[in-house]
Amino acid sequence: MSDTAWVPRKRRGAELVLTVMAVGIAISAYCAVGLGVEGRVPAGVFKLSAALIAVAVAANLVIRKVAPYADPVLLPLVLCLNGIGLAMIYRIDLGELDRNPDWDQLANSQLMWTGLGLAAFTIVLLVVRDHRRLQVFTYSFGLAALVLLILPMLPFIGQNIRGARIWISLGPFSFQPGEAAKICLAIFFAGYLAVKRDALALAGRRVAGIDLPRARDLGPIIAGWLVSVGILVLQRDLGSSLLFFGLFVVMLYIATERPGWLVVGAGLFVVGAWFGYTAFGHVRRRFDVWLNPFDDFDQNFQLISALFGLGHGGIIGRGWGLGSPELTPFSFSDFIAASLGEELGLTGLMAILLIYGLIVERGLRISLTCRDAFGKMLAAGLAVSLALQVFIVVGGVTRLIPLTGLTTPFLAQGGSSIVMNWAIIALLLRISDQTRRPAPPVEVNQEDEATQVVRT
Amino acid sequence: MSELTLTLIKFGFLAVLWIFVLSAVSVIRSDIFGTKAPAPASTPRRPGAAAATKNKGKTKPPRKPRKPQRGRPQVLQIVDGPNAGQSVPLGDQTIMLGRGTDAAIRLDDDYVSTRHARFATNGEQWFVEDLGSTNGTFIGSQRITSPVPIGLGIQVRLGKTIVELRK
Repeated sequence: MSDTAWVPRKRRGAELVLTVMAVGIAISAYCAVGLGVEGRVPAGVFKLSAALIAVAVAANLVIRKVAPYADPVLLPLVLCLNGIGLAMIYRIDLGELDRNPDWDQLANSQLMWTGLGLAAFTIVLLVVRDHRRLQVFTYSFGLAALVLLILPMLPFIGQNIRGARIWISLGPFSFQPGEAAKICLAIFFAGYLAVKRDALALAGRRVAGIDLPRARDLGPIIAGWLVSVGILVLQRDLGSSLLFFGLFVVMLYIATERPGWLVVGAGLFVVGAWFGYTAFGHVRRRFDVWLNPFDDFDQNFQLISALFGLGHGGIIGRGWGLGSPELTPFSFSDFIAASLGEELGLTGLMAILLIYGLIVERGLRISLTCRDAFGKMLAAGLAVSLALQVFIVVGGVTRLIPLTGLTTPFLAQGGSSIVMNWAIIALLLRISDQTRRPAPPVEVNQEDEATQVVRT
Repeated sequence: MSELTLTLIKFGFLAVLWIFVLSAVSVIRSDIFGTKAPAPASTPRRPGAAAATKNKGKTKPPRKPRKPQRGRPQVLQIVDGPNAGQSVPLGDQTIMLGRGTDAAIRLDDDYVSTRHARFATNGEQWFVEDLGSTNGTFIGSQRITSPVPIGLGIQVRLGKTIVELRK
């Protein structure tokens, strides 16, 4: 043993300092937008500041109260992203209002959704007092994920918006069940793999240097693949199917430590992608847009505009409110990364990607230090799902990979995404609290007759 | 708004953003490497000294005084149950108990799982951890859910079997 020992520390003070910085960044971004666009500090700054400070204080208090040993950097990182997203949406509101006075402002509803996200965060932390309890509901969560994925395909409540059938509407609210399904699937995979990983890793035969599992262990994986291809076919949602499939393959790899799974996964992915390419026009179009965006200016206007925006931003960006990100359709949701790249430049976009990187790193760190297999798998799965999602959407916007529609976590406008991502952070904090908490004092009460073994 | 002010705002914002990222990294940095704790008193420890070091690490709640520790435990002894009397010498290795063939002592106890619990040491302290057994591992009346430090003479119950660390 070395002379230093790891002592669990709460580090809530460090969290508070970082939270203050994050809220400061959000408010200054909001002010900078007003200064850049209109030359004055926006009128709503007090409302926004009050709301953000309330969210930050509430989240801090909740953590202090119910998860005192939770990771100290996750919350500030997420608050910072959320605040920057709010400022950017407000900025695009201003830009759109300039072009079209009837524009329906989005920043306020986004602020409301942030509040609901905080509510979801609190509820998850309060209800899930021990993440290991969730393992009991492994298959319930699996079923819930399936139901959530099927919901948009039902008549009446399912809605087809912009070619993808991923929405349900209940009265005035519309909701993307896929976001909730992501969490349910992560829990299901974690619970399933925590139990089955030995069988998956050890049983089976070796073919051409790859350890293949037994057919009966392979079943659920094939099922997972079929489900993701099913989403691809029936809902025309490329992003989600890529995300779910990638999540499952990576979690299998983490659970079994067999690189063979990555080979199998990549093979199945290639088959799926080839099938999609040959069978569906919309998939083929995505590939064509990716390879040759400038062939058809009218059709590929969105991506071209985003690329010009990124180029316009350059290394240090135009500055808040000084670019023209509103020219890109959906610059506030799917293309918010391009909007940020235009106004904050490569420097700012890199900082934002680094924040995502840090969030993922914390998730993987929590997974490493977690002592039970289920918690390990769950933390890794949630972190990987965030990483994949950011990669898929930012990669698509920057034309690294074919563009597929997914929300940028915490930044993009959209209620379901914000709420569910806050819930993911709550789950990660719960696991980290469990992990970093010192062992409870052992109370030995040897006179306790009530717990003695009764012999017959 | 003059061009200069807006440029200053732009650079200022980017600087603050990066300072935020870097301070988050610095928090994580000290988190990964841990904090220096006072070195534990040299073994064999007296119970008083042990309690003092525990309290210096201030986040650990003070322990209830328990049976005095006299040196390091030498054997894991089964004190009650079908295998009563058997024991395993303690080394640095992890010791697994259960009904399976890979257990250090094959417990002949119907209430014990195949891989029931394991005992591990970090060099100075022994811990017991439940391996997801059906009937659980108990210390006193408390079912353990995570690795729990145990000392000499603390009775751990697995099914009908009771084991303890002995000198």
